Amino acid sequence: MNVLDITGLTIAFGKTVAVDNVSLSVAPGERLALLGHNGAGKTTLFKAILGFLKPASGQIAVAGHRPGSDAARIAVNYLPETVAFARNLTGREVLEYFSGLRGAPRAEIAGLLERVGLTGAADRAVGTYSKGMRQRLGLAQALIGAPRLLLLDEPTSGLDPVSRHEFYGIIAEAASRGSAVLLSSHGLEEIQNRTDRVAILAQGELRAEGTLAELAARAALRSTIRVTALPGEAERLHAELGGTRVNGTRLDIPCPPGAKLDLLARVGSHAGALADFDLQTPGLDDIYRHFSGQPLREETPQ
Amino acid sequence: MIARIRTVFVQEFRLARRNQWVLLATLMLTLFALALAFFGAGQGAALKADVLSLTAASLATLSVYLIPLIALLMSYDAFSGEVERGALALTLATPIRRWELFAAKFLAQCCAAGIAIVGSLAIAGAAVALVYGTEPAGLWAWARLTATSALLGAVFVAAGLTLSAATGRTARAAAFAIGIWLVMVVLYDLALLGGIMAAGEGVFASRVFPWLVLANPADAFRLYNLAALDAAPVAGIDGLARTLPFAPAAALGALALWLAALLALGMNRTGRIEP
Ligand SMILES: Nc1ncnc2c1ncn2[C@@H]1O[C@H](COP(=O)(O)OP(=O)(O)O)[C@@H](O)[C@H]1O
Ligand SMILES: [Mg+2]
Repeated sequence: MNVLDITGLTIAFGKTVAVDNVSLSVAPGERLALLGHNGAGKTTLFKAILGFLKPASGQIAVAGHRPGSDAARIAVNYLPETVAFARNLTGREVLEYFSGLRGAPRAEIAGLLERVGLTGAADRAVGTYSKGMRQRLGLAQALIGAPRLLLLDEPTSGLDPVSRHEFYGIIAEAASRGSAVLLSSHGLEEIQNRTDRVAILAQGELRAEGTLAELAARAALRSTIRVTALPGEAERLHAELGGTRVNGTRLDIPCPPGAKLDLLARVGSHAGALADFDLQTPGLDDIYRHFSGQPLREETPQ
Repeated sequence: MIARIRTVFVQEFRLARRNQWVLLATLMLTLFALALAFFGAGQGAALKADVLSLTAASLATLSVYLIPLIALLMSYDAFSGEVERGALALTLATPIRRWELFAAKFLAQCCAAGIAIVGSLAIAGAAVALVYGTEPAGLWAWARLTATSALLGAVFVAAGLTLSAATGRTARAAAFAIGIWLVMVVLYDLALLGGIMAAGEGVFASRVFPWLVLANPADAFRLYNLAALDAAPVAGIDGLARTLPFAPAAALGALALWLAALLALGMNRTGRIEP
């Protein structure tokens, strides 16, 4: 059974439709990344799962329960986009507080502090923590009571690459213990190899969903071959190969996925006229842009 | 339920202590009480009146300003601060009920304010009694003052928490706290004074006015304490304490009603916070 099931969910603030007919599910132990620009509706979706917002239509089931019910609140745990714990409390006191509210065993706290690497700083005031430590404390808070569903709203924004790496390590560990993880993020690069599936949200709509490989195949983006002609040869190459002139000597030739080798051979037959040659394959960013409806970075007019 | 209320209580009380509110409030109240006691003592000795009773009377007039201010300052940020920091969403994601959260915060801040009030009055009262001696009547007046001060503190803690939950933003909550203090404690009195001067002796002064005094928790507090003191030299609005159309204890009832109403309103507002 899925830990999270969302069907046809729509949430509106007045006239703004923040989440538009979204269906999603997450299985135990699975990590799903929710990708979207600012304002795409990620936080709104999380708040609905927590039961803070009423859907205009559609259903949410958290481990089979209605959001906001006691069973759902126990099953799901949350790390908000921005959270600042009271500066005068120690890390341990913050965890004791949430542990008490969830009725989780107090004995678990030392282990959680250990897992996020805060054992040494546990009895220092949160006000003295670095950004990374505060975020790790937030994650420890989210792990209290071994939740069946972890909601992490842009958990690594503002973290340096090393902290980010450690953060995903802890998340992977939680998933390996059976927690379902739903996390939001701005970029595909960051979550590559770190989540099992990806869902792309744009303007409240779910634009695509699947593994990265599936999304790449579905996007079927063109590569671009960029050649630099020897002086005086650009005109002739353009006539022979098509594409667009970028400046006096450069030429960009769009290349559909199936036609790569073919085109390469044709370019090769003009080897004598070339000064340089470059193949640009679509990156993760391009796949993301493709689905979220933003123009490609260097899209070439046909 | 009890475990959750205790959890929030412990945390909230800890914060009040670490923010030094308890210490600051105790110091401030103790200093004012001692100053009133020893500056007023010469007058008391001349009148051959009990110094403790006299100090209780003058302190009742001063507490009306101080205690609401302290209580509002302690409580105005209790919800709005957490909403702004994003921490309230985390609390509300746990199985806690909204009313439990409000009740726990209220209890913790009442304890903090109560400790400051009882502590400072006990220190000052003991000092006065030791230096000038006292009578049972003086001790009673002091005890009444202490208990009703704590009640007044509770009313304004409830008011502060309610406006904190209702506004949801620290800056607005602060503005409302100052506004409530000004209106309830300062302007209300001025308006009443103006009203009675304009109306003179008559139906307004004898029938309407006492109830208007009773309707404000700060005035009700002062009225009760002054009405219970025979020796106190009273004037102005407080002269009314001698000619009430109701028993002084009605003032306590007014305070209790305010407290109950504010608690109900506060829990209602807490239920509507959108984290
Ligand atoms: N409380 C609110 N009232 C009105 N509009 C809101 C509210 N919260 C979010 N929105 C709107 O809903 C949309 C989605 O916002 P959000 O879920 O915060 O996006 P994201 O988290 O993906 O950046 C935005 O257009 C935002 O302006
Ligand atoms: Mg967001």
